[in-house]
Amino acid sequence: METIVHTFPPYREHEATHEHETHGHHEDIGFARKYIFSTDHKIIGIQYGFTALCFMLFGFFLMLMMRWQMAHPGSPVPVVGPLLAGVLGQPAANGVMSPELYNSFGAMHGTIMVFLAIVPLAFAAFGNYVVPLMIGAPDMAFPRVNMASYQAYVLGGIVMLVSFFIPGGAAQAGWTSYSPLATSIPTDGQLFWIIGMVLLISSSLLGAVNFIATIIQLRAPGMTWMRLPFFVWAQFVTAFLLLLAFPPLEAAAVMQLMDNVLHTSFFLPTGLAVGGQLAHVSGGGSPLLWQHLFWFLGHPEVYVLILPGMGIVCEIIANNTRKPIWGYKSLVYSVLAIGFLSFIVWAHHMYLTGMGTKISAFFQATTMIISIPSVIILTCLFISLWGGSIRFNTPMLFALAFLPMFGIGGLTGLPLGFNASDVYLHDTYYVIAHFHYVVAPGTIFALFAGIYYWFPKMTGRMMNEFWGRVHFWGSLVFMNLVFMPMFAQGIKGMLRRMADGGANYSAARATGAIDTLPGSIMGLHTWILWAAMALGIAQIPFILNLFWSINHGERVKNDNPWEATTLDWQAPTPPPHGNFAEPPQIYRGPYEYSVPGHAADFTPQNEPARPATPALSTAH
Amino acid sequence: MEIPYAVYPRPDTGIYNAKVGIWLFLASEVMLFGALFSAYVLLRVGAPPGEWPHGWLNVTLGTINTLVLATSAITTLMAWVSCKTRQFGKFKFFHACTLLLALTFLCIKAYEYHDKWIHYEIRLADGRIADGHLRASDADSVTIEGRYVTDEKDLYDLRAQKNIQTGEIKIPRAQIKQMENYGPWHNTYLALYFTLTGLHALHILGGSIVIGYLWGPGRKLWKTDPEHFTNRIEVSGLFWHFVDLVWIFLFPVLYLT
Repeated sequence: METIVHTFPPYREHEATHEHETHGHHEDIGFARKYIFSTDHKIIGIQYGFTALCFMLFGFFLMLMMRWQMAHPGSPVPVVGPLLAGVLGQPAANGVMSPELYNSFGAMHGTIMVFLAIVPLAFAAFGNYVVPLMIGAPDMAFPRVNMASYQAYVLGGIVMLVSFFIPGGAAQAGWTSYSPLATSIPTDGQLFWIIGMVLLISSSLLGAVNFIATIIQLRAPGMTWMRLPFFVWAQFVTAFLLLLAFPPLEAAAVMQLMDNVLHTSFFLPTGLAVGGQLAHVSGGGSPLLWQHLFWFLGHPEVYVLILPGMGIVCEIIANNTRKPIWGYKSLVYSVLAIGFLSFIVWAHHMYLTGMGTKISAFFQATTMIISIPSVIILTCLFISLWGGSIRFNTPMLFALAFLPMFGIGGLTGLPLGFNASDVYLHDTYYVIAHFHYVVAPGTIFALFAGIYYWFPKMTGRMMNEFWGRVHFWGSLVFMNLVFMPMFAQGIKGMLRRMADGGANYSAARATGAIDTLPGSIMGLHTWILWAAMALGIAQIPFILNLFWSINHGERVKNDNPWEATTLDWQAPTPPPHGNFAEPPQIYRGPYEYSVPGHAADFTPQNEPARPATPALSTAH
Repeated sequence: MEIPYAVYPRPDTGIYNAKVGIWLFLASEVMLFGALFSAYVLLRVGAPPGEWPHGWLNVTLGTINTLVLATSAITTLMAWVSCKTRQFGKFKFFHACTLLLALTFLCIKAYEYHDKWIHYEIRLADGRIADGHLRASDADSVTIEGRYVTDEKDLYDLRAQKNIQTGEIKIPRAQIKQMENYGPWHNTYLALYFTLTGLHALHILGGSIVIGYLWGPGRKLWKTDPEHFTNRIEVSGLFWHFVDLVWIFLFPVLYLT
């Protein structure tokens, strides 16, 4: 074999042209190559982040319109009603949302929020921007694959958006797309959904391969596994979940595509009747097969949504308590345990399908077991607060709010994990409240925290602290006002996916009968509608703050405004192509805050044990 | 800027980047085909007794294709060995063989698809079923090379029936109640057959394009950086071996059982 002597890592960049690294790009490569076909992980991260935030806002508006329809079934949607009628035609005649349109908005709200907003923002945007910086790498392992991953994501998003405007509108079978419903609806929306999903799955697949390879291969010298910041661990496990859980859904999507286009019967049983008529299918398929394949992705996907958020919160809490995170190793092993266990809990979404009691018991047991590492992570983060001199800045406020909000989301999941209580709660608003508490005030708060936290590194300016706080308190209050009432609605028996918010369901029964939804429960729809609107208004300070601060925010005093220990803050601001002025060397763990005997209350990971070679300290 | 370990292995992991990447990608491919094979198991186990088709595919052609892919695995390996030993002429020869074998596989597969495509099951007004390959059809009648059966169960297990007598049958259109070819819509077995082998054939096609690129325009890299080129051959070869392996599972599952 070859005997190659190579430097570690073999940079060649700063030999010539890059004398003034800190000022960013010097090459004149044109707008398209710099911002659209960029292979720089930081640009790609920002592209992902911006696109995902746009989709998140879009998904939010879909939800607002649905909330209006539920609170005021059959009355025209105010403000955007005429626009809906003009653009979508019949399904929104006179600006009133038809049940079909409600169904398609519901399906697309879920799809967009999960696959086009949260995952790209949490995993791809933050992962792309932060992970290579944190491990001391010049870029991702496969920069061009990285670009292809973003392009596949955009293409998938476009397919999803276009499907709103085709005859019959977008997919209507829920974000879960259960067969045979998804095959029986006679429009092309589902076809677009499947093609869009195949593109999105390919995008995450490429991203996942890239992240894992980067973390394994491109860690800077001295960056051992147990010196990785917890955020990197969280992204590492998330990437494995995407890598291994998404392909079964891709297989399922291919089979549903065959069902819809070539009229196979993978998911269509013998004797299937559609609209009172025996369907023209060969039969012999299994609707349960779709559910198994979907939830085999679906449950790991839940952890894809939450783990990057936990990673972000962990970084911010360590930084703002000015003390080491409590139980770093417990966090790492817990996140690995979650990653493994998340593959064997999926059928707790399927207790009502008649799988049999033994299988239910198995999945009930694994579901309870997976709550243990989740609780360990949350507990470690709570204990980390103990005795810290906490700085209450905007990122920290969001990170702190994440803890109880995710706590509510997680604990209300326990009754759903138990077979017996799930039979009652299944498919009610209780479920909606539960997973929205995990994802909305949970993950999204963590993402907000991350945006406020890393914004100075991306732009060299701080976001406005006052408006950050306005955004925080508005979001916290109204998030809870939106989702807390849904627990009550669900416990009283209000079902999901009813286009009129349950008005007919309620009216059909005798007054005072045990399963009638009381007026007080129905009235909560109006309450939630107003809270949701207020939640939307509370985001305005954030949007303005985000754009205004790019050019007008307060300039950072140095590369490390939060006085953090991790490598991302030791790089120039904003980091140039190739990231570090000099290849970093790592000497210590990620959270060495307030080390006794040190002058500063933080010790960067690349600060040597005895500062004999000051050239390596690039921070100041 | 240059990405570290793009060509030479990182000392502590002992592996270069692209090899990590391809193994991860193959792990996801295992999950993709694993899901499809799981679907096969679930649907076959759930089929009513006696209704799962046996002996519908040509075992001889399947065996030939298995041998073709097995040989291509050897030539792929030899191509990589030739690069490692810096014998570029041998590399060109071996990978030309790989490409030809891939093409052979796809041609045989296409012939098998066509054979199913023109195979019709025709339900007649008198309750009989005519089953065979379409030879001619016009406005009045349909001619097939096949046989009549009275019970559709006779069509399921062809392994149990020795010496099936076939002949040319001309059926007037007026007698035909329903006529359907052996496409993926015909039944679950054929749906699985076309989906699984179709996806596999797409992988063969994709692999051939990559190997063809490296054999053709991509070989420029050999002159400037032979080690990097050799890595590319290794990585594409790993993919090729995986695709071969999938076939090793597909063959018994679809042809032999």
